[in-house]
Amino acid sequence: MNELALDLASGLWHTLLGTINDVLPIALILFGFQLFVLRKPIPQLKRIIGGFLLVLVGLAFFLEGLEAALFPLGKLMAAQLTDPGFLSPDGDMASVTQWDYHWVYLFAFAIGFSTTVAEPSLLAVAIKANQVSAGSIGIWGLRISVALGVAIGIALGVFRIVTGTPLYYYIIAGYVFVLIQTLFAPRVIVALAYDSGGVTTSTVTVPLVAALGLGLAGTVPGRNPLIDGFGLIAFASLFPIMSVMAYAQLADWMQKRRKRLATVTPTGDQ
Amino acid sequence: MKAFRVLTDTLLDSLRDLLPIIIVIAFFQVLVLQQPIPNFLELLIGAIFVVIGLTLFVLGLDMGLFPIGESMAYAFAHKGSLGWLLGFAFALGFGTTVAEPALIAVADEAASVAANGRMIEDSPQARESYAFGLRLTVAFSVGIAILIGVLRIIRGWPIQWLIIGGYIGVVVMTLFAPKEIIGIAYDSGGVTTSTITVPLVTALGVGLAHSIKGRNPMIDGFGLIAFASLTPMIFVMGYGMLV
Repeated sequence: MNELALDLASGLWHTLLGTINDVLPIALILFGFQLFVLRKPIPQLKRIIGGFLLVLVGLAFFLEGLEAALFPLGKLMAAQLTDPGFLSPDGDMASVTQWDYHWVYLFAFAIGFSTTVAEPSLLAVAIKANQVSAGSIGIWGLRISVALGVAIGIALGVFRIVTGTPLYYYIIAGYVFVLIQTLFAPRVIVALAYDSGGVTTSTVTVPLVAALGLGLAGTVPGRNPLIDGFGLIAFASLFPIMSVMAYAQLADWMQKRRKRLATVTPTGDQ
Repeated sequence: MKAFRVLTDTLLDSLRDLLPIIIVIAFFQVLVLQQPIPNFLELLIGAIFVVIGLTLFVLGLDMGLFPIGESMAYAFAHKGSLGWLLGFAFALGFGTTVAEPALIAVADEAASVAANGRMIEDSPQARESYAFGLRLTVAFSVGIAILIGVLRIIRGWPIQWLIIGGYIGVVVMTLFAPKEIIGIAYDSGGVTTSTITVPLVTALGVGLAHSIKGRNPMIDGFGLIAFASLTPMIFVMGYGMLV
């Protein structure tokens, strides 16, 4: 017990130093421009520094918690699920078809969804979008639709690694789909939808998803981990764009239908 | 008393955010893989750490990152110097990306792919300089992305046209880039935006759109992160072709 506490404390300390290292260049740029270019005192400086410290300590706890507990287990599970012994009872990979990987697909979907829900940068963007839209974009609605997009994206990306189709077929087809969808989506959602592609993949999702991709590319016969192991993150950043626009389209459609029903019913009585 | 309410509410929210991961891991470990959950105590403490961390992060977001991003956006809009604003945008993009741990990991990975594919000499020095060059390339491309994105907010250009242009850029580069680099290039778009950069950049964009007349924060304020995940793909493929 004592040893565990000591391990965690020293891990936390190292993570904190690492986070400070990340924040330092950002803080230098912010304060440098504020002091030398804008030449104005920062309003509510104490509160802002307090906020920065909370973010620093919070991230250190968050990363250390993931590192100590969830990542090792998640990576171990990714390795076990893609192990030849698990996929085929006799360990013979030649007889395994792409459908024998069903647990891997389900795991990819579930881990994509659940890690995205816990992703802090997505939460930040959702809070901001909720404030800016005066509540019409729900924090929870946005996060769920992004998480669904990531889940579908990663499951499909895993399927691609198994079948060995070139990555750019999927990505280019995805681009075409996004462009067509952009023409029909409500204008206010477009920029936010594009943004949600980039925020989905940071601290929580990347390590687990990378472990899954590399493990799988190492197991499937004929795949090169160095070439085929990549690309899952690209899937995870493409599909949320579609799902967020779809969410807005659905909300828009339901609202219009409700309006139509409300106007149609009274005239229908005449 | 009010502060205490905020704290407990945020804590409960964080707990709910973590719940799906716990369910997924428990389901696969116990039912699919049929193995016991190892190191239960460590797992529990780790989960508590994650919840505490997420709670502090959200509290700090509203106190520190959002206000400074917005107040600087207002100050730059008030000052009216486009050059300094664009300089700030570039510095923010470049500075936050160049030291990003996820990017360092991907760059090292890319160097071993390149060495493996005989694109560069297979020696530690060659790999190191390849990885460093790649990092600078990505950081530069994110700087350019934020700069263009800020310019878009000021001028009010519709985001679709820029994104379409970027997509065409990605597709054209894909045709010419070495096959080995494509996967890494596509992935590099996703790893550039860190947990601290995202709130800052979002607040900057929304703040700018708020303070410029005729801009809608919802339509014009978002989109900076989209550019930051698009340009690295183009630049990394370009790097793969040149080196």
